[in-house]
Amino acid sequence: MTATRQLLKHAPAGKSRLIWSRVIARVCNYLFCLVVGSLMLLPLIWLVRSSLMSLDQIFRYPPELVPKPLQWQNYPEALTTIPFFLYLQNTVFILLPSVLGTVVTATLAAFGFSRLRWRGRDLVFNVLLSSLMLPYAITLIPTFILWARLGLVNSTWPLIVPRWFGGGAFYIFLLRQFFRTIPRELDEAALLDGANPLHILWFIIVPLSRPALIAVTIFSALSAWNDFLGPLIYLNDSNKFTLALGLSEFAGLYSSQWHLLMAAAFVVIAPVALLFFFAQKYFIRGIALTATK
Amino acid sequence: MQEVLIGKAARRSQRLSGKLRYRTKEAFWGVVCVLPAILGFLLWQLGPIVGSLLLAFTDWSVAGVPHWIGSANFQRIFFNDELFYKSLSVTLSYALLSVPLTMLFAFALALLLNQKLAGTRIFRTIFYLPSTVPVIASSVLWLWLFNPDFGLLNAILDQLGLPKQQWIYDEATVLPSLILMNLWSVGPMMIIFLAGLQGIPRYLYEAVEVDGGNALHKLWHITVPLLTPTILFNLILSIIDTLQAFTQPYVMTQGGPNNASLLYVLYLYRKAFKEAQMGYASALAWILFVFIAVVSFLVMRSSRRWVYYEGGER
Repeated sequence: MTATRQLLKHAPAGKSRLIWSRVIARVCNYLFCLVVGSLMLLPLIWLVRSSLMSLDQIFRYPPELVPKPLQWQNYPEALTTIPFFLYLQNTVFILLPSVLGTVVTATLAAFGFSRLRWRGRDLVFNVLLSSLMLPYAITLIPTFILWARLGLVNSTWPLIVPRWFGGGAFYIFLLRQFFRTIPRELDEAALLDGANPLHILWFIIVPLSRPALIAVTIFSALSAWNDFLGPLIYLNDSNKFTLALGLSEFAGLYSSQWHLLMAAAFVVIAPVALLFFFAQKYFIRGIALTATK
Repeated sequence: MQEVLIGKAARRSQRLSGKLRYRTKEAFWGVVCVLPAILGFLLWQLGPIVGSLLLAFTDWSVAGVPHWIGSANFQRIFFNDELFYKSLSVTLSYALLSVPLTMLFAFALALLLNQKLAGTRIFRTIFYLPSTVPVIASSVLWLWLFNPDFGLLNAILDQLGLPKQQWIYDEATVLPSLILMNLWSVGPMMIIFLAGLQGIPRYLYEAVEVDGGNALHKLWHITVPLLTPTILFNLILSIIDTLQAFTQPYVMTQGGPNNASLLYVLYLYRKAFKEAQMGYASALAWILFVFIAVVSFLVMRSSRRWVYYEGGER
């Protein structure tokens, strides 16, 4: 602000109007940011507030903002009403092999599509990429029937195995975009030293691609954590449910116990939000990377 | 002299064959590396597409043997299925509202963040945060926010002296309510816009300033044209996503009230997994597939006229 005043003092009359309009623009900008930001946060604040209230206080009108007293036992209660830790374990047992499969096979594919030359490579890549625009609804039913024929419905195989086959065109695309920014001279230097393609992948590409690999790890972990339709279709026994499925079941069974529901929802959200806070730059860069040609 | 020449030639041919050998090795490993992805594409993309086309002409339910019934499924869908038309019109109005609104909102947020003020990183975090909430959790949360008696939204309306709404419990407001929810999680789209904005060179704006243009001129003559490739990207992905929305209506409304939020994939899911009409549902899936393909094609086609490519050509 003092800087602005100084600028104003030395500026000629026409300029000062310009500077003032800039100051006003900035203030408006901040105001907009503040308003939108609080609107974005409000639902989450409401979630936390409701998760700490007694059922009695939650159904009071007009609604109160601050829980009084803070009812922490909503959390243990919510987590024991549904077998939370079982669901967490189920989710992790699907998530870990899925992420590993995605990272390994998408890295290999992206390497094969960007650093190694073979006939028909770009054609094959474009065909593969077209599956990004394919509606998932079209593959849903035959895929289900395939697993049903194999007798593997109501198991975690249908949720894990496809991840070991490239993990999805999106991740291959993202990694390929990144690999292409690594200078080719490095490959050539390694070749002179007698390296083979897998050496190049392991000693040059992988160490230099950490941000992209982390982004793929994060995105694939989130998609496994958030996946709802997959578990809904393939898992029938409630002792095989994932957290997402468990939360939906909980919402159906205890539809008026909002304090417990909000506590359960908070527990499902919290790990993802934490991950986002600590790994924000990988989120942002990863998303931005997919939008560049 | 001759010996030297022979030696040179031999060395060159040795080098060449070494290079050739590497070329073969490279091609071999290239194919090996992409093999899992190609198999995955065949098994989980191409195979199922063909499979569902075949299934669409059968009466298959999960248990029995499929019978070839020709175009009977399609005839029933087009001439004898009111819910099909209902879900189609619901899905179209939903997409026609949601796609432009979410894109405009994401664009506005990106513009706000692109002003490079101190502290914008905090706002970026806040604007993006809702998008990290798993769909299932946000569905449960918004069920509570939409609660007509004790929900946050009606409390706000009440404070402002506005009439309370029934939100997702009223035929007229259920789709706008779901779209409001979508506005809350436009984070990824906002980031893509922001990346596009940051790729616009500063000197273009300075040129407008020199010519005495104001902020609106800058927006309309520089920002929007240069951002058209990003707009196209977001538009296509958003159309595909929106036409296939499933989890929100499944958890929050089950298609109600009175089928006012019976989005297409929800209807398809019902046919396939509740009524076990796999053949019929496959026919529905193919109709959606063709519809999405045609819409994407038309958008791409039209983009030649409104997308700006640097260098003047595509």
